[in-house]
Amino acid sequence: MKKMIYVISVIPALGSLFVINRIEPYVLGMPFVLFWAILWVCLTSVFLMIANKLDPATKEEED
Amino acid sequence: MNAALLVISFFLVLCIWLGLQARKGKNMSLEQWAIGGRGFGSFLLFFLIAGEMFTTYTFLGASGGAYRSGMPPALYAFNCFYFVIAYWLLPPIWRYAKKNNVISQSDFYDKKYNSPALGILVAVISVISIIPYLIMQLKGLGIIVSEASYGSISPNVAIVVSVIAITIYVTASGMHGVAWTAVIKDIMILAVVVFMGIYFPLHYYGGLQPMFEAIDTAKQGLLLFPEQGMSISWFISATIMTALAFYMFPHMLAGVFSAKSPKSLRWNAGIMPIYQVIIIFSLFIGFSAILQVPNLQGAEADLALFKMAKMSFDPWFVGVIGASGAMAALIPSSLVLTATATILSKNVYKVWKPNTSDEQLRSLSRMLVPVISIVTLYFTFNGGESIFTLYLMAYSFMAQLFPALFFSLWKKNPVTVQGAFVGMIVGILLVIYSTTSGTTLATLFPSLPQAVQDLDVGLAVLLINIAVTLGVSAVTRKTSIHVEEDGEQVSGMGKLVK
Repeated sequence: MKKMIYVISVIPALGSLFVINRIEPYVLGMPFVLFWAILWVCLTSVFLMIANKLDPATKEEED
Repeated sequence: MNAALLVISFFLVLCIWLGLQARKGKNMSLEQWAIGGRGFGSFLLFFLIAGEMFTTYTFLGASGGAYRSGMPPALYAFNCFYFVIAYWLLPPIWRYAKKNNVISQSDFYDKKYNSPALGILVAVISVISIIPYLIMQLKGLGIIVSEASYGSISPNVAIVVSVIAITIYVTASGMHGVAWTAVIKDIMILAVVVFMGIYFPLHYYGGLQPMFEAIDTAKQGLLLFPEQGMSISWFISATIMTALAFYMFPHMLAGVFSAKSPKSLRWNAGIMPIYQVIIIFSLFIGFSAILQVPNLQGAEADLALFKMAKMSFDPWFVGVIGASGAMAALIPSSLVLTATATILSKNVYKVWKPNTSDEQLRSLSRMLVPVISIVTLYFTFNGGESIFTLYLMAYSFMAQLFPALFFSLWKKNPVTVQGAFVGMIVGILLVIYSTTSGTTLATLFPSLPQAVQDLDVGLAVLLINIAVTLGVSAVTRKTSIHVEEDGEQVSGMGKLVK
């Protein structure tokens, strides 16, 4: 379980390092390279929230 | 007195009032003053830690960077590693701190390695890094207020007045004052930056995509990473280096210690990225200025945001922008002041005079606030170029503290006190050497591929630091007393049982 949480949490950080250096296509009015970066920041949030949900430590500290 | 000035003054007074108000009903022990008595829930913690991403950098630096060099510095503003590191590293740091009554960043090293001398070294490195950071915030503040007041207040007057303001409420309320003013600051900045980031592209270009297309036509290549210099490999290495250094700053760890539970720290790590996305509006402002106010040279590029604002809005709204910009500088500065005063009294003075009582330490920390303020003011006005050089080194300096902290969180710490000492000192010396001599991987190894040449030199130094730390530790391990590892091991075993 702990291992899976590790993997889940690291995916977005690693993903953000794969820069796609191109302008076309525009997404939401932004050049692709910018959109791609923002997408990963948002995904970081999603993945960490999932990790947080799965993490047994979260329940333990309920006080 | 013009409208802008009135608005700025109002918010300054509001900050002082809130800051003083925050101490009501609190018995101001050192723990209360320095880290809010470890009592901040998710809400205050969020504004305290996440708010650190919205400094004068968000206002002037990010928009100025996008204006000057386009996409590379713009994307550098986003850093997913901050949060992943926060998720895993901060809870164990917090637990150890709580268990061992750690109240400052230097304390952590002191207690983990059972070496007050290491605490002093960390404190000295931190103060040398953090004062230039403070000075840059103040210089930014001077520019912001003087611009927003249409030049009716000189930067120096603005700096002196605001330093007096934060000195008053930090001395009185410490961390509590910082936290409550941080809430106001972030709400203001959010509103102002989001509004301008949407308004400028719409008003001047008819939308985001038309704006970017216009920039791409006028300035080819500005929206992409170049082949060399600020290339993709620079971006990756600089991103990692900055993230490792981010939480080593004494004021950041003070923020971490102020949390009520590790749970709120993990929750924060999950929610903060959404908040970071807001920086994009600051970038839009910078991008929108490229074709609207062209030809800002050098340092003037950082004024892109204000040039746009003055061109577009009434003075009173420029005042609101100025006030939020000023708070963007003030609140991080007040956090830095609190943390610096704490490490100087707890980790330097107390080691020198071990008999100091907690009560005396508390008064000393508070008395140190005005002293640090005055020293900072002195260097702000007389520091010159050397301050800027130090500022450039600040992140690389703080990154050198990472290995000793990281390994100390392992179940069995492979690092000895000697290893930690030598690693840090070697790292610091290499950073100083490479910065002052302009050495980069490109000048050292001109024959290596471009991707390697563009790597951030700070990251290379960090790798050397880790090698030295582990090497020296391996040699000294047999002769030194084993660094005990309590706390973490116990709680770790508890988890295994479950």
